[in-house]
Amino acid sequence: MSQVIKVGMADLNICVSPDSITTLGLGSCVGIAIRDPATKIGGLAHVMLPDSTQIRNNSNIPKFADTGIAELVKRMVAKGASQSRMVAKIAGGAQMFAFQNKSEMVRIGERNVEAAKKKLAQLRIPLLASDTGDSYGRTVIFYPETGDFVIKAVGKPQKVI
Amino acid sequence: MADLSLETMSNEYYDVLKELGNIGAGNATSALAQMLQCKVDMSVPQVKLLGFKEVATLMGGEEQLMAGIYLGVEGDISGSIMFLLEQTSARHLVGKLMGMPIEGDQFTEMEISALQEVGNIITGSYLNSLSMMTNLKIYPTIPSLAMDMAAAILSVPAIEFGVIGDNILLIQTQFFDEIQLDGYFILIPELESYVKILSSLGISV
Repeated sequence: MSQVIKVGMADLNICVSPDSITTLGLGSCVGIAIRDPATKIGGLAHVMLPDSTQIRNNSNIPKFADTGIAELVKRMVAKGASQSRMVAKIAGGAQMFAFQNKSEMVRIGERNVEAAKKKLAQLRIPLLASDTGDSYGRTVIFYPETGDFVIKAVGKPQKVI
Repeated sequence: MADLSLETMSNEYYDVLKELGNIGAGNATSALAQMLQCKVDMSVPQVKLLGFKEVATLMGGEEQLMAGIYLGVEGDISGSIMFLLEQTSARHLVGKLMGMPIEGDQFTEMEISALQEVGNIITGSYLNSLSMMTNLKIYPTIPSLAMDMAAAILSVPAIEFGVIGDNILLIQTQFFDEIQLDGYFILIPELESYVKILSSLGISV
């Protein structure tokens, strides 16, 4: 029996095919799914903020795009995946409300997406597909077997990237 | 003063915040009753400091459909406030306000603006009581409405709290009209504003 592993907000985990991994209701947060196609080891991180170096209280590693992605890759390598084979897909980073007043919080979704892309590029992990921005929440499921990243949103047809 | 954090706040502060929540929600309830022209009761609000993962669970799961009204707070304190209502409750409220039941899954533009008005009045009366009690000038900015999964809406206040810690301060209130309406307030002052609120009430920080 295959299991569906759940990842919460500011959380990350890894899984091996035939298991899949999911996170529910991504808003301005970003979900980063990484996979090693050879070993079929996959992982998912649900990050809230772009940059751990900008925050004083930064001990929560999975909360930030930079430290979260680095930790995810590390855990996958420890499980037997190879970083040189890894590929990634990302989703989320919506702007949930039309007016978000605080200057630093404006475009937080977009900034999370940029930070995730930057970190992936730095680790030389190609970004195969993304479904980001807009103003709606997304539930995602990632299948390390095929690399399918399934995205569900309220009142919208399911899509696979 | 700088090392004040939500995690280390004493019980006394919680009592104060609970009382603020109580009075604020009381005023919001009267405003709601006036708007709907019927009797509305409320339960004693609960103030909770919850981890990011627990908040969505409390509201019935990450994918629970919610209506969220979010606005900024300016003046002597700064931050933001969010009022969340289950979508079925929102539907009931708007239906009552418009004098007809809401049909279908989607809200019309008219119904959305009615819901926005509900949120406006509730958050407005809440902030009013906070302002009156503390003698601080508190001005709300234009509210914005989103209807989506609980976790997606909550990501916005979670991110704001995320800058300072790993928890969310939540005031849960249940309103009863003919059916039970679950409403949640999330008050997100910046850390310095907590100090201002508490010291204006005569509590040394």
